[in-house]
Amino acid sequence: MRGQGRKESLSESRDLDGSYDQLTGHPPGPTKKALKQRFLKLLPCCGPQALPSVSENSVEDEFELSTVCHRPEGLEQLQEQTKFTRKELQVLYRGFKNECPSGIVNEENFKQIYSQFFPQGDSSTYATFLFNAFDTNHDGSVSFEDFVAGLSVILRGTIDDRLNWAFNLYDLNKDGCITKEEMLDIMKSIYDMMGKYTYPALREEAPREHVESFFQKMDRNKDGVVTIEEFIESCQKDENIMRSMQLFDNVI
Amino acid sequence: MAAGVAAWLPFARAAAIGWMPVANCPMPLAPADKNKRQDELIVLNVSGRRFQTWRTTLERYPDTLLGSTEKEFFFNEDTKEYFFDRDPEVFRCVLNFYRTGKLHYPRYECISAYDDELAFYGILPEIIGDCCYEEYKDRKRENAERLMDDNDSENNQESMPSLSFRQTMWRAFENPHTSTLALVFYYVTGFFIAVSVITNVVETVPCGTVPGSKELPCGERYSVAFFCLDTACVMIFTVEYLLRLFAAPSRYRFIRSVMSIIDVVAIMPYYIGLVMTNNEDVSGAFVTLRVFRVFRIFKFSRHSQGLRILGYTLKSCASELGFLLFSLTMAIIIFATVMFYAEKGSSASKFTSIPASFWYTIVTMTTLGYGDMVPKTIAGKIFGSICSLSGVLVIALPVPVIVSNFSRIYHQNQRADKRRAQKKARLARIRVAKTGSSNAYLHSKRNGLLNEALELTGTPEEEHMGKTTSLIESQHHHLLHCLEKTTGLSYLVDDPLLSVRTSTIKNHEFIDEQMFEQNCMESSMQNYPSTRSPSLSSHSGLTTTCCSRRSKKTTHLPNSNLPATRLRSMQELSTIHIQGSEQPSLTTSRSSLNLKADDGLRPNCKTSQITTAIISIPTPPALTPEGESRPPPASPGPNTNIPSIASNVVKVSAL
Repeated sequence: MRGQGRKESLSESRDLDGSYDQLTGHPPGPTKKALKQRFLKLLPCCGPQALPSVSENSVEDEFELSTVCHRPEGLEQLQEQTKFTRKELQVLYRGFKNECPSGIVNEENFKQIYSQFFPQGDSSTYATFLFNAFDTNHDGSVSFEDFVAGLSVILRGTIDDRLNWAFNLYDLNKDGCITKEEMLDIMKSIYDMMGKYTYPALREEAPREHVESFFQKMDRNKDGVVTIEEFIESCQKDENIMRSMQLFDNVI
Repeated sequence: MAAGVAAWLPFARAAAIGWMPVANCPMPLAPADKNKRQDELIVLNVSGRRFQTWRTTLERYPDTLLGSTEKEFFFNEDTKEYFFDRDPEVFRCVLNFYRTGKLHYPRYECISAYDDELAFYGILPEIIGDCCYEEYKDRKRENAERLMDDNDSENNQESMPSLSFRQTMWRAFENPHTSTLALVFYYVTGFFIAVSVITNVVETVPCGTVPGSKELPCGERYSVAFFCLDTACVMIFTVEYLLRLFAAPSRYRFIRSVMSIIDVVAIMPYYIGLVMTNNEDVSGAFVTLRVFRVFRIFKFSRHSQGLRILGYTLKSCASELGFLLFSLTMAIIIFATVMFYAEKGSSASKFTSIPASFWYTIVTMTTLGYGDMVPKTIAGKIFGSICSLSGVLVIALPVPVIVSNFSRIYHQNQRADKRRAQKKARLARIRVAKTGSSNAYLHSKRNGLLNEALELTGTPEEEHMGKTTSLIESQHHHLLHCLEKTTGLSYLVDDPLLSVRTSTIKNHEFIDEQMFEQNCMESSMQNYPSTRSPSLSSHSGLTTTCCSRRSKKTTHLPNSNLPATRLRSMQELSTIHIQGSEQPSLTTSRSSLNLKADDGLRPNCKTSQITTAIISIPTPPALTPEGESRPPPASPGPNTNIPSIASNVVKVSAL
């Protein structure tokens, strides 16, 4: 009884000292939030990735999403748009719907699903990048069409298509070229997935060195950025990459 | 990895495309998908109710029955479905587990049935989802308590011959019902506690005046008598404490326990009083010590279960009580302060300080209202009324919680007692059923032998006695018979009133116990005192005791008339049998019947070692698990002569 009392008293104190608007659940005033965002942008630690959503906002968002039920287009249309067979689409949809009954995946859900495959490390950053890559219309949610479109490219597309998709994944701000900072973020997120307990132990400079070697390989004209043409050209010349791209032929 | 997420594995593998261009080393080969089966529907038929699911759904958990190849054992070729002869209701939960990854526990389901089903399907109950886990654990705990209760009461009644004196004493202290001496001790201590408490109370009653001085309390008037009473009580308590200390299995733990502290506190004042002189300055302290004598009343909690439950309830409601105390304290301080300042203005107010106002607040909040302090100002009266109203509320709130706790514990205890009471009747009925089955074997054997005998003599009558038994029964009997033949021994059915552990008792002679008795008596007749029914003549102690034993036995079969009649009929059957095979000189007297019954042994052992028959002893009645206080049987002879069941006695049947 005591424990419960404590929790209740905490929320009461929030009410009492006015930092919590009881009606909408937001901190008072939108101007405060905008100020906060602008302030945070100035700080170097916050990269170009999306700001962590304020908890009160996401509560509202979740509420909206859960009442919306998205239905994909018909099976025939999806068959035309993607390169999957009817049965494959059925299997994919069943798995998709099982995990996301509302028909769409939002970022939190996406991260949570992906993290279940990597229990040891922290895959949330990489999952965010993936989410942004799948969410082609940037509306904050991945529907089944987006999902299947992305998978179709990766699993059934040509090697060039796949490389294109990978480039799209790396290009975080979608401006057509990969900078060293972007690549560093990606690299760090990949290394994060490994977790803390690795052999040999992860060194601080490892991602940076990896980025350097990547740029050395990919950046033809040494201008500090990798464009799509440079990327595809360099990948096509690399035998390892070409071979690894063929791994995706038999996933489904 | 949760179940549903397994369906997303292709996605996770596809997402690895992001790693490929940055990798420096070549990737390992992908696992080959050997037989790329299309996902198919499989039908699970559980007791007639058909469930259908995808094969991949079941394969999400490969270490369970349905997810592994173990289910192939249940595949029915004719109907091309998997048939399980289990409960379809629980199967619903099990299948939902595969589908959603969450295992739920339905409230209406019996906990042990549910556990059995989970064990069958190879699912660990620990993965029950949070929504149902609490309920599951609660029910499981209750069940475990019940089992422990049963085990305890069973253990209490089992024979534990290896108990040391110290252990028996401790058991006697803890459970007074185990022996009469313990019961006597229990009542004596209870009586003395009552005497001591009453003495303490009466001591202070004014007892009339002694001429020349003021009114004296009884304690001072009859000080010698009271002193003697006190001494006697303290003697008893001291002895009891020392005995308990001696018998306790863990003395350190005993000393720390609440009851022992109460005991010590109850007798300490007396000893301290003995030691102390009649000094004026210390006698004040001594008087205070006498107050502790009232703690003797707490010793009653050993005698009353309700008191113990109350104490346990208070202990378990400690947090509620603490909250009550805390909120009351808060309210008292607030109202006392308010009243003090409200009444400060009025002249000659009793509210001289805030602590002084505490008394008013407490009396008002608990709605006592002594009236020794009353507010005089209007503000004071307003706040006073608010105080009394709030007092009612604050006190009324935590009380139901405590009450419900007490009620739950009390009912749990009641249930335990009820179970114990029901258990005796229940076990008696189970026993009858069991002996029915073992008697069935006996019966069928008699019938079989009877038929053999009849064939020998050629009498066609009595064939109707052969009851038609079911196929399973006849196979079971055949099995038992084979065992008998293998070992060369044969089964003995126990006295139906005795142990239910008939099946566990090996090497028995499967004959009438009466015959057994007679055999025993025959072989040990010299040691046997004939004490019963001297009316029956001729074969002295033997037959008298047999008959009396038999008659006595029939009176002891109140709830199992079946065995009695069976015994009789068997007796008659064996008679007829004897007539058939041996054709001895028949007498209708019971005595010879009993004697001749002895020969009935022989056909059983005909095909094996003839002369020796290993007879084991039935469980002595004093050690029945029921703890029935049946008086020792009329024939103590064989039981006393023959050692305990652990050893087998070889008796040569006198041929």
